[in-house]
Amino acid sequence: MTTTPKIALTGVAKAFGPNRVLRGVNLTVNQGQSVVIIGGSGTGKSVTLKCIIGLVEPDAGTIAIDGQTVTRANRAEFLDQFGMLFQGGALFDSIRVWENVAFRFLRGADRLTRVEARARAVEKLARVGLGEAVADLFPAELSGGMQKRVGLARAIATDPKIIFFDEPTTGLDPIMADVINDLVREIVTEMGATAMTITHDMRSVRRIADRVAMLHEGIVQWEGPVAEIDSTANPYMHQFVNGLPTGPIAAIR
Amino acid sequence: MPVVSAISGLLAGTGAAVIGLCRGTGALVLFAVAAVSHIFRPRWYPGEFGRQLLRIGYDSLPVVGLTALFTGGALALQIYAGGSRFNAEAVVPSIVAIGMVRELGPVLCGLMVAGRVGASIAAEIGSMRVTEQIDALTTLSTNPMKFLVAPRVLAATLTLPVLTAVSDVIGIMGGYLVGTGRLGIGPENYIRNTVDFLTAGDVTSSLAKGAVFGFIIAVVGCYQGYNSARGAQGVAQATRGAVVTASILILAANYLLTEVFFSA
Repeated sequence: MTTTPKIALTGVAKAFGPNRVLRGVNLTVNQGQSVVIIGGSGTGKSVTLKCIIGLVEPDAGTIAIDGQTVTRANRAEFLDQFGMLFQGGALFDSIRVWENVAFRFLRGADRLTRVEARARAVEKLARVGLGEAVADLFPAELSGGMQKRVGLARAIATDPKIIFFDEPTTGLDPIMADVINDLVREIVTEMGATAMTITHDMRSVRRIADRVAMLHEGIVQWEGPVAEIDSTANPYMHQFVNGLPTGPIAAIR
Repeated sequence: MPVVSAISGLLAGTGAAVIGLCRGTGALVLFAVAAVSHIFRPRWYPGEFGRQLLRIGYDSLPVVGLTALFTGGALALQIYAGGSRFNAEAVVPSIVAIGMVRELGPVLCGLMVAGRVGASIAAEIGSMRVTEQIDALTTLSTNPMKFLVAPRVLAATLTLPVLTAVSDVIGIMGGYLVGTGRLGIGPENYIRNTVDFLTAGDVTSSLAKGAVFGFIIAVVGCYQGYNSARGAQGVAQATRGAVVTASILILAANYLLTEVFFSA
């Protein structure tokens, strides 16, 4: 019996002018899996995530969630089950930390009172290791690592079924990077969420991933379990994982 | 051959500029239509709308008031200086009133708010674009057009007429202070002349101009910020574009509205 993948990309293509960033990405992610997309800068990792969310409209191909093709008409209902941690945090700097985390609770038909929303936000902040004192600060008053944690708390605030992590450890020191890696892994496991992460950081890959997809020249060059990334004979993976200057991936792109 | 090449280069450059202008105009119009459509369709964000009313309206009162006060005073001096050549000093109150209410009140209010609010809207939304905060809104099931653009456009369209009215009144008051304090016009005479010469049509046109200018300022500011290029330079360009474009459109719209309201 085959199970329906949680996320399925089929032949997704996107060009910006003459630059064909995605040339037919095929990728499936099963329920509860943590898939990490790796690849060099400018290979379309972020564009792939943005296509799934709807921030970028693909030129060709289909994206399906739970077997249902995502269209402009039904995208809003899919977004309700998404959470995303952005590379720079993307926290709203005009509102307090707890209001960032409780953003969804404060708006819309199912909104909570401010007292209830704050309590939920404080609970999520505690889950990422931040105390209540942080809740009333503004994002600009936090360090980079703390902003990442607040972004993580916001991403998991509504217990989403799918979470995207865009370069979760970029710009962090090695200790803080490992803290974030562990948090991501723990949260994905305990929530049973399906996760997609994009990163250059091989340490993150080994800590976060169940499966790994290597994106290069607009297509998935290799996809497999994280345990096989060191043993695969795929030349792209071999070069990328070992950081070799020579191979099929040009050092200067 | 070099001449042919130079001419073809000139034509190509001109053509590219025209195409760029048409494309930009079309994109701005489509953005404005989308903004208006989101004002009338749920979901609405009253808290955000209230914040924008205060930021655009209340916070602009000092700059609009001071601009009008000094302009009204200067206008009174100029009209007196010009009118005295024809023994027509008595026209100062009526011309100040008509000049302020029909033209200077709404136009100066619009230009000052374009500088203050239009730039601020473009810089804020541009920064949000650059730091992925607009993308984050989408992932939080919040349509940025509804959350960021619609409240600002509605708030500016509703508050600019009020600011224009304030500008008109304070401008007339500036003329009154100069007229009665420096030019020897009696206070009662000044007020009577002002009231007698102003018509309901003058006031209506002033408020209508204010609403149009408010719409222009917010739509242009939001459009520039929303489409800001990456980096600090992108935000700077968006901010500059918001002020320059809104100012030119305000002056052009003012001419058209004056034609509509006052041409014989």
